[in-house]
Amino acid sequence: MTVMAFNEALREALHEEMARDESVFVMGEDVITHGGPYKVTDGVAEKFPGRIFETPIAEAGIVGLGVGAAMAGMNPVIEIMYLDFITCAMDEVVNQAAKMRYMTGGQASVPMVVRLPCGVGRLLAAQHSQIMESWFMHVPGLQVVVPSTPADGKGLLKTAIRSPDPVMFFEYKRTYTHKGEVPEGEYLIPFGKADIKREGEDVTVVAIGPMVQKSLEAAVLLEDEGYDIEIVDPRTLSPLDTETICESVRKTGRVVVCGEDSSFAGSVSEIAAMIAESCFSDLKAPVVRVGSPHVPMPFSAELVKHVVPEAANVVSAVNRVMN
Amino acid sequence: MSLTQEKCLKMYTDMWRIRLFEEEANRQTNLGNVVGTLHMYCGEEAVAVGVCANLRDDDYVLGTHRSHGHCIAKGAESDKMMAELFGKATGTCKGKGGSMHVADFSLNMLGANGIVGAGIGPTTGTALASKIRGTDQVSVCFFGDGAAARGTFHEAIAMGSLWQLPVVYVCENNGYQQWVPRKNVAVVDSVADMAGSYSIPGVSVNGQDAIEVYEVIAEAVARARSGGGPSLIEARTYRFYGHSLGDEQQYRTEEEVEERKLNADPINILRDFMTERNWLSSADDDQVQQRAGDEITRAAKFAEESPWPEMGEVGTDVLFDAKEVA
Repeated sequence: MTVMAFNEALREALHEEMARDESVFVMGEDVITHGGPYKVTDGVAEKFPGRIFETPIAEAGIVGLGVGAAMAGMNPVIEIMYLDFITCAMDEVVNQAAKMRYMTGGQASVPMVVRLPCGVGRLLAAQHSQIMESWFMHVPGLQVVVPSTPADGKGLLKTAIRSPDPVMFFEYKRTYTHKGEVPEGEYLIPFGKADIKREGEDVTVVAIGPMVQKSLEAAVLLEDEGYDIEIVDPRTLSPLDTETICESVRKTGRVVVCGEDSSFAGSVSEIAAMIAESCFSDLKAPVVRVGSPHVPMPFSAELVKHVVPEAANVVSAVNRVMN
Repeated sequence: MSLTQEKCLKMYTDMWRIRLFEEEANRQTNLGNVVGTLHMYCGEEAVAVGVCANLRDDDYVLGTHRSHGHCIAKGAESDKMMAELFGKATGTCKGKGGSMHVADFSLNMLGANGIVGAGIGPTTGTALASKIRGTDQVSVCFFGDGAAARGTFHEAIAMGSLWQLPVVYVCENNGYQQWVPRKNVAVVDSVADMAGSYSIPGVSVNGQDAIEVYEVIAEAVARARSGGGPSLIEARTYRFYGHSLGDEQQYRTEEEVEERKLNADPINILRDFMTERNWLSSADDDQVQQRAGDEITRAAKFAEESPWPEMGEVGTDVLFDAKEVA
């Protein structure tokens, strides 16, 4: 185990996979200069010359090239500087990458990872801070991955790079500097396997991305109130580990689902609906969602406070399901 | 690749195979066996055969919504293609793609595409793969003149040129963007003129003349294969049928279509070329047509007799199997 930041863990995963497999290469805007905007691609150009491409500002082109290279047997790892910019490449993601295997009757394989730095970091307002997990959960053929810790980041990115199908890999910008213990060398986390980040008896909190950390903080506060919460981190939203989530719900009978995505038609909504459908008779209270309100991300720090959920929102949601 | 009698005969034969495939598909539509839609390639055959006659089996080809001809010219089997149009389990895509998604990955024909201009990026990507791996495979992208209006055209060709990738961009300019004459919606007449923006060669050819297409593409393929980078070739062509099934074609006159069929049928143009050189006797010609006709009749029979996909197929091929990973 080594203690490292989230972005360092991703970098380690990328370097290890590039050393392991010559078909892995990197493509994106500014990925060489300054070691990339988030330093995840730092050192790649020196260590793996000819396998990193600093592109023009052309998201549709970048993802389009990625689809073709992947169909020809390569493993592109694409960085979209801000998740918001992926809207410029939606045809390439939705109509090309995701549907290619199906449309060709299984002939095509698109082993492409699209890394998506997302959410609020610095205050950059509505076009540089969005979270769109549910957009891609909705598309069959895509896998949606949301790591919450440096260790998960490493293990999930390595699995993503080895996946024969496209992966939308969400990296919360605020998480880049978070530190944690990361296993050295070969470390893979299977998709569709949730992780219990904290065991508890009273309430299940399904937490996505940064909400895992905030739920852990909330758990400490709730302990003082006498509530013992269990935190389930799905880690991949598609495929979704419904089994582990439902098992926890059956134990506690009370659920809060929280994420930073909009709670209206967001990633939390699908999980809440699944629980309501599968575990109705086990529930002692209605499922409560915690997410962003249905508004664009504002600029002012004072306004952002009212958009991005914090530990306090988890605490009040737990109180709701307990009463 | 030099032009030989054998090469010409191959192109001539493939043009007939494409022509008869399309006409049979149209007939099967009227019989209710082919459903959905059909974008017929009749009239444009010289482009597909003139391009593909320059390619190796391991070269990549990506197509458009009007790609039956590209598939046949690259070597795809007509029986599996026809079965795909019928939606049968024996189709090239197991009945999951249909006319707009025919593909044969064993021939590196990576598929037709239902989105205009969407193949240009992926073809540039297959070329990038060849460059990274250090192979001398060439990638060819077919697209229509309508695609030149899309951002994908600009973004992909800019990167193809930036990295000097082994790719040939082939624009099939048939003069109409679905129902609209090109001149009504585009200020640049020749798509080849747009090549200058990317510092790559741009050549416009008569797309009804397979020999002219063949020779210009030969040069572009040789340039790409030897590391000289991309080219943009515009083949000016004409579609004998409407955009797709049921097109009333109010945007052009019957006289215009009849005139083109009479004076610009690519099959007649290549036949004349070969006849002048004594490369095609009338008996040879009969035999080519007879064989192509027999093949397409067999293809239709194969499609008709093939089984429908099993119900379980609806949920397969979405992902390889995510659970097996890691």
